[in-house]
Amino acid sequence: MAEFLTDSAIFLPVLLRGLYTTILLTLCALVVSVLLGLVWATMARSRFIGLRAATAAIINVVRGIPIIVQLFCVYFVLPEIGINLYPFAAGVIGLGLAYSVYQAENFRAGFEAVDPALLEAAQSLGMDDRLVMRRVVLPLGIRIALPPFGNTAVMLLKDSSIASTITIAELTRAGQLLAISTFKNGTVYVLIALLYLAASLPLAAAVRLLERRMASR
Amino acid sequence: MIAVENIHKAFGANRVLRGVSFAVEAGEVVCLLGPSGSGKSTVLRCLNGLERADSGRVRVAGREMSDASLSAIRRSVSMVFQRFNLFPHRTVLQNVVEGPIHVLREDRTEAEARGRDLLARVGMADRADDYPARLSGGQQQRVGIARALAMRPDAILFDEPTSALDPERVGEVLQIMRSLAEEGMTLIVVTHEIAFAREVADRAIFMDGGTVVEQGAARAMLTDPQEDRTRLFLDRVLRPL
Repeated sequence: MAEFLTDSAIFLPVLLRGLYTTILLTLCALVVSVLLGLVWATMARSRFIGLRAATAAIINVVRGIPIIVQLFCVYFVLPEIGINLYPFAAGVIGLGLAYSVYQAENFRAGFEAVDPALLEAAQSLGMDDRLVMRRVVLPLGIRIALPPFGNTAVMLLKDSSIASTITIAELTRAGQLLAISTFKNGTVYVLIALLYLAASLPLAAAVRLLERRMASR
Repeated sequence: MIAVENIHKAFGANRVLRGVSFAVEAGEVVCLLGPSGSGKSTVLRCLNGLERADSGRVRVAGREMSDASLSAIRRSVSMVFQRFNLFPHRTVLQNVVEGPIHVLREDRTEAEARGRDLLARVGMADRADDYPARLSGGQQQRVGIARALAMRPDAILFDEPTSALDPERVGEVLQIMRSLAEEGMTLIVVTHEIAFAREVADRAIFMDGGTVVEQGAARAMLTDPQEDRTRLFLDRVLRPL
């Protein structure tokens, strides 16, 4: 135990830098996934069948490919066609894209759960589809989608560890390098686990707080 | 003001409207009566395009109902719903000014001043900043009427506006509707309130099985109906035991 504590004191500064990158990566990918997810969910409600079909295709393709393979595609395949990305940017794009389809499903379910009677009220005021979407479906649907959104956000935090495979020095990668160079596998991986937990619990709590604040009115 | 000519409407195999015709003049108050499933709510919903008739013609405020005229028609007739359908994420005042600000593109300050006047008129001025969930059914429906008025409509459609209310709260909503009628607003009301129809409406239309059975001056028709089906309905509604 004493050895664990002294080792921890040495390892923690390195791991905390990794945690910082993990959190930054997670938040950036979360923003990308939410924005893309809203686009997919909105397209899925389009009156044009072409747009709806395209959205379904995108969702099925992205959902059908492992996230680690998607990251490799962004990081290794894009440069072959002349698009070079920093590892961090590739991680944000890859994770954001992969998670956008789950966000889209969250939002879609939220939009569909909005009481149709409220849509009729909005239409009766003369609102067109876009205005109904912006003024009624979005604000109410996002509220309904918040609990599954919180779940998705925590999953994204954990899956950001996959970005270690494209050389991003986030928490898992930083830990792997430490473990390899010190042979203290046990200590390092226990610390990594605790640090992921320390990040995911506040994230879930923050989403719950948001839920309560929005539900209170 | 409103003309309906021989409209038919089916939901799948269920033929809800089977050739309905009537007309409403500006300033008239017309009550649509009839048993559940007679098609009266569907007729009302055809008047602002929430439903589209399969055949026949609907003319509202000088416009033929079509995709092109839909939004103009909706801006010229407002609707009040049985279940109120207030936006739960907006305050009472925000509900009232939602249409004026975002559809009619009125100035926010002016729209809110007018919205407060309308709320005062329905006795809800002191609840302007509450959310609908904190209001009783009767209060919500009064806000629903203020929201309808805020669009400065040529006519207001009421779809069973008192059916979801406490019996004690029905009167406060009917009184507001009566005052609108006295001011010359065109009202088309689907209702089971026979007394309201007899006292306030100019004309009554009785529907059954997707057709108009009888229509005429409200007081005369509801006191002494000519058709047996109308008489049977009134007997059952007025003397349920």
